[in-house]
Amino acid sequence: MSNTPTSPLTIVNGRLVLGGHAEPVPGNLRIIGDRIAEIGAITPGADDRVHDARGALIAPGLVDLGVFAIDRPAFHFGGISRAALMPDQNPTLDHPAQVRFAAYSGKPDFWVHPLAAATRGLAGIEMAEIALMKEAGARAVATGRRWITDTGVMHRLMQYCAMLDLPLIVHSQDHGLSGNAVATSGEMATRLGLPQAPAEAESIAIARDIALVRMTQARVHFRQVTTRAGLALVRAAKAEGLPLTVGITPAHLLLSDVALGGFRTFARLSPPLRSEDDRQAALAAVGDGTIDVIASGHDPRGPEDKRLPFADSQPGMAGAETLLPLSLGLVRDGLISTERLFELVAANPARILGVEAGALRPGFEADIVLVDPDRPWQVDSGRMAASAGNTPFDRLPVQGRCVALFKGGRLVDQISG
Amino acid sequence: MTSPETSPETSPELRPTRRPASDYPPGRAAFPHRHLLGIAGLQPWEIEYLLDEAEQWVDLNRQASKHDDRLAGLTLINAFFENSTRTLLSFEIAGKRLGADVVNMHAAQSSVKKGETLIDTAVTLNAMRADAIVIRHGSSGAVQLIADKVGCPVLNAGDGTHEHPTQALLDALTIRRRKGKIAGLRVAICGDILHSRVARSNMICLSTLGAEVYVAGPPALMPPAVEAMGATPCKDFAAALDGADVVMMLRLQHERMQGQFIPSPREFRHLYGLTDARLAQAQPDALVMHPGPMNRGIEIDSLIADNPKRSAITDQVEMGVAMRMACLDVLTRRGRGVAGWA
Repeated sequence: MSNTPTSPLTIVNGRLVLGGHAEPVPGNLRIIGDRIAEIGAITPGADDRVHDARGALIAPGLVDLGVFAIDRPAFHFGGISRAALMPDQNPTLDHPAQVRFAAYSGKPDFWVHPLAAATRGLAGIEMAEIALMKEAGARAVATGRRWITDTGVMHRLMQYCAMLDLPLIVHSQDHGLSGNAVATSGEMATRLGLPQAPAEAESIAIARDIALVRMTQARVHFRQVTTRAGLALVRAAKAEGLPLTVGITPAHLLLSDVALGGFRTFARLSPPLRSEDDRQAALAAVGDGTIDVIASGHDPRGPEDKRLPFADSQPGMAGAETLLPLSLGLVRDGLISTERLFELVAANPARILGVEAGALRPGFEADIVLVDPDRPWQVDSGRMAASAGNTPFDRLPVQGRCVALFKGGRLVDQISG
Repeated sequence: MTSPETSPETSPELRPTRRPASDYPPGRAAFPHRHLLGIAGLQPWEIEYLLDEAEQWVDLNRQASKHDDRLAGLTLINAFFENSTRTLLSFEIAGKRLGADVVNMHAAQSSVKKGETLIDTAVTLNAMRADAIVIRHGSSGAVQLIADKVGCPVLNAGDGTHEHPTQALLDALTIRRRKGKIAGLRVAICGDILHSRVARSNMICLSTLGAEVYVAGPPALMPPAVEAMGATPCKDFAAALDGADVVMMLRLQHERMQGQFIPSPREFRHLYGLTDARLAQAQPDALVMHPGPMNRGIEIDSLIADNPKRSAITDQVEMGVAMRMACLDVLTRRGRGVAGWA
């Protein structure tokens, strides 16, 4: 058998996750170079290398929209082949050179799509050089983990992004209401004596930005919509035909603010965990199609950021490893189909970023993940692939594991057994 | 009219009947907790056990010789990361009266100012082999964080806006001695509830012991979901005061306010200051309490604060020492190898 990197690769004995098929269909997938060549009931060519999927799902590599660190081992563990990097870096991704550097930082095994900072230093005051950063490789613009307080700045920013046809990824928390809050108003925050902000801080921010989208027709992606009221607003705005997309993380789908008990800083997130009612609304919004993207929000934070009193700790969770298994739980629970799951974690984020990936389609980049959807394992914050183990899901038994990951047709990660 | 100089001994105090020891489970089962981090999570009988234990120390503290040697040889560290006068002094006196070697650590003079993390400080205190650590810190949850890292009992002397359990216990002891009971009393807690760890601990403590707790304050200073802590929110001060047996006033905590919560202290006094006229809405024998330090003329008028027939404020301070002696005694029993507790 020829093993030259240029010889075609056929993955056999798999179950293909395809658009138009709610559940996977048995079949093979052939890769030539770094692209998908053929899909379906194909036989490997004489010179092909063959990879036996042994019944695993053959799915598009996950495209993680909005991560805070490039943490290749964690992404590979989680079957993630591309990630959009938030501009909240040190230094901030607000200069073309920073963007260019970030865009090359993961290659060839992992692709980073830098998100250009919307404003200089993410201060929300002066627009950054967005067009030059687009030239440098930015696929979208982001306001960072911050809200742009000045509506005038936000208006001009949306106009500018619409002109450049760049999506704008926004964080929705009204700053006046949220202030220094670290928790959502409610029993838990009151009991723990934590600075708290009403959940409406989110919907108020979203209401303003929807009005601006209506004026500018900018493509806006709300990175995390986590409240019943916020989801109702975006649902109505989408029905109106506005160019909006909506994301969330598994944490907000599976945990409520009860998880803050005992001052667990691994559950300190931005936006903060919400009430059980909001969590139920978020699950319903995944089910009815209001939510377009599930992302990890991957933000590994070590003890220097997390082993602190709750309000002094930094927000964020290491989510790359748990994104797929926790999302597969939604399929097992009957909320969504397997096809829809991979729209949420791959196809839709790729479409927002405008990259030819995220779906099994001839001509697309051969970013392929093989997934054993039933394989059981246990999340263990002490033994994670991520650079830090700050997961609020520590000790949780989960099902579903990436068994092999191909980036551009090359096998970059594989587990034995 | 009683003169303001009346000493606590002559203030109208009732001695409640203490439960006999046989009412409590034997040994450690009476208070099975390693630390005292908050009132939340304590059973009513565990709270009552601590109150009963404190009675003997009230008696001792009123004698000429106020000394007991049960903590002799033990090191008590008071680690105060936030300024305090009365609580620190109260714990220091409590430790010394029980014979412990007491060391006070103030954040202002510690390596905390040099950037040492809280965990490093905790590990350092632990390595010095303290037998009990009393901690006050400005962040909610900080005391629990330290407790998880040290091998000795930790007592929370106030963490952020979370809990201040010994204050709630001493308040309960004060009420019990002045009113003869706690169950069934109507207690009003008024003022800056949002920023008050005293209010949180007291809401839980007093409702757990069977009191009806009402809270009132300007809306911006009222946290949501106080019902979950056993309290009933009132729409105004008058509603909370109506028929109250105990009126507990809280200090306006300017230092914790981020942004403007009330227009001015003067306006706060206009709406929420405890004056003679307002106090008339409470029971004629209503007890007035304040955890101190008081902002005289803002949340409470001097005439009320200094009237020993109404005010229990100096009793609270007195009970504080006894209550803390009881907590130190009970929590160190395991380490001291007391029979049934080791």
